[in-house]
Amino acid sequence: MESSLLYFVGLSVSGLAVGSLYALIALGFVLIYKATKIVNFAQGEAIMVAAFICYYLVTLFQLSFWVALPLTMLLTGLLGVLSERLVLRPMLGEPVFSVVMVTIGLSIFLRSLAGIFFGHHNYVFPSPFPAEGLRVGGVVLSYTHLWSMLASFVLMLAFFIFFKFTNMGLSMRGTANDQDAVALMGVNVRRVFALTWGLAFLIAAVAGIFLANVMVLNVGLAFVAISAFPAVILGGMESVPGAIVGGLAIGLIENLAGGYLDQVIGGGVKDVTPFVVLFVILMIRPYGLFGQEEIERV
Amino acid sequence: MPIRSKTFNESYYEDIKLFRTIWIKFWAVIFVAALALLPYIGDPYFVYLVNLSCLATVAAVGLNILTGYTGLISLGHAAFVAIGAYTAANLANHLGTPFWINLPAAGLIAAVAGAIVGIPCLRLKGLYLAMITMSFGVMVEYVVITWEGLTGGVRGMSVPAISIMGYKLSTDERLYFFLIAITAMLLFAANNITRTRVGRAFVAIRDRDIAAEAIGVNLTYYKVLSFAISSFYAGVAGGLYAYTMRHIHPDHFTLLLSIQYITMIIVGGMGSIVGSIFGAVFIVVAPEFIKLFAQSSARVFPVLEGRYDEEWNIAAFGLLIILFLIFEPGGLYSIWNRIKIGFKNWPFTY
Repeated sequence: MESSLLYFVGLSVSGLAVGSLYALIALGFVLIYKATKIVNFAQGEAIMVAAFICYYLVTLFQLSFWVALPLTMLLTGLLGVLSERLVLRPMLGEPVFSVVMVTIGLSIFLRSLAGIFFGHHNYVFPSPFPAEGLRVGGVVLSYTHLWSMLASFVLMLAFFIFFKFTNMGLSMRGTANDQDAVALMGVNVRRVFALTWGLAFLIAAVAGIFLANVMVLNVGLAFVAISAFPAVILGGMESVPGAIVGGLAIGLIENLAGGYLDQVIGGGVKDVTPFVVLFVILMIRPYGLFGQEEIERV
Repeated sequence: MPIRSKTFNESYYEDIKLFRTIWIKFWAVIFVAALALLPYIGDPYFVYLVNLSCLATVAAVGLNILTGYTGLISLGHAAFVAIGAYTAANLANHLGTPFWINLPAAGLIAAVAGAIVGIPCLRLKGLYLAMITMSFGVMVEYVVITWEGLTGGVRGMSVPAISIMGYKLSTDERLYFFLIAITAMLLFAANNITRTRVGRAFVAIRDRDIAAEAIGVNLTYYKVLSFAISSFYAGVAGGLYAYTMRHIHPDHFTLLLSIQYITMIIVGGMGSIVGSIFGAVFIVVAPEFIKLFAQSSARVFPVLEGRYDEEWNIAAFGLLIILFLIFEPGGLYSIWNRIKIGFKNWPFTY
């Protein structure tokens, strides 16, 4: 293959790999938004905390990665339920602004607490995957990327099925649609909320562990979730397929823009691209590709 | 003839007057006198804190007009502060224009930027608005770091001191009265904006924008106006910041600063000018107490010895946002109001 084409394919593949993690993060946002109409700005902190929990389980307690993974998911899920109970439950029925702000408060509180405990230096995550990559026709695919893609797709499929075919998934969708009506139908709305937060944090745990493998592990990992916002917006706030498409698209766009524009404008294009995309989408089509247009009445 | 009791107003004008009773005037005079005496009797550190509070107050009042009065969330307020700061710094450095041109220019440029951002934001509300303003903030941060010719990039940029007829405002004591005067002027203007027609339109938009439109409030005009006014304040605050710190750096204008401003208005009280002052002063002074807390907790838990840093403040701000939103959504202003009413009606409960 030509070297320029190879460069393009390489960028695209690693973009898609990061994109699949973005999709996973976006799925966490979508899950909470679908059930509770809340955007959880603290999703990034869940990711970061999960990565640290897993790091300490593996290094301090000498657990194998495959034992630490479900344990981390469980612990992070508990943190999610706890946050919902302590912070979000008292805010039921408050205006959007207050709810958005309370999750932002939660987010900076958790991040700074993590900063106090873990410091700001980089940790090396003990990767369970082989370091050398898989060679396919000149393009090198790292095993970490492949595993994270696989994990993302399995989880996304699981949640798609969960929403479509289970009772709990149905009550979650119902809660999103009309809390009062669904409560009258005998759904325990509070339990749905708590479970939603638990599940969203659980997804965040998987995303966090793989992100810590792909990138470095430090407190700044929380900011990755902010880059996943554009993915959610692009896909539409309440759409699971939207989260997947949005995540992959943002990962791809970001990597290609970084690869080609960095030489022209100067470094850092990669970090700012998602926000430019976000800005443009919000101007043209605020409800995203797959979202529902909001209709307002007085 | 109704019985006159408490504060009795017979016309709408009396109700919106700046000083409604003689007592408000009385306390205002005492407050001004105390401020005027502070540099002569107080610790220089207090002067420094008051200066910082002035800078914070100007930006917080601006944000409060946008968020508290008009109900439009902005998570990118630091961007407008940055635009103001770099405008003032560039004018002072390259054109050598005096401060009375630079500060309004900083405000105006920021206001134009605010209006431009405000136009696409017209269709958006709530969380979408939070995201688009946040992404604007991130983009401005990026531009500030990358456009080295204009901003000095990560090396930062130094700013000459304000000079009034040869008298250089180069120390905190010298800046003190200047900052207080500017802040007072801007607060007075904000108060007038909010208690007149424009302010009522803002409040109507906040409470229900579609209903406001139905009774004849021009949404486009007033939303953009609100963005412009708010960014004007942020821009002036940025200009003042540049002149006070004398050195500006991209690190000063991050998402964290935007969140800090939001914390100020939530803690102080949304939709209240006095509340913005409370919030700004509180957030400026709070780190001192957090430091004390960290040091005293280090005595109990020796692990924490010497671990106090900026992180503690940010964690405390996060906690403050959560606690105030849950337990006291009206902020310090509503606590203040309750205390005031309690005193006023004593010995009765209401």
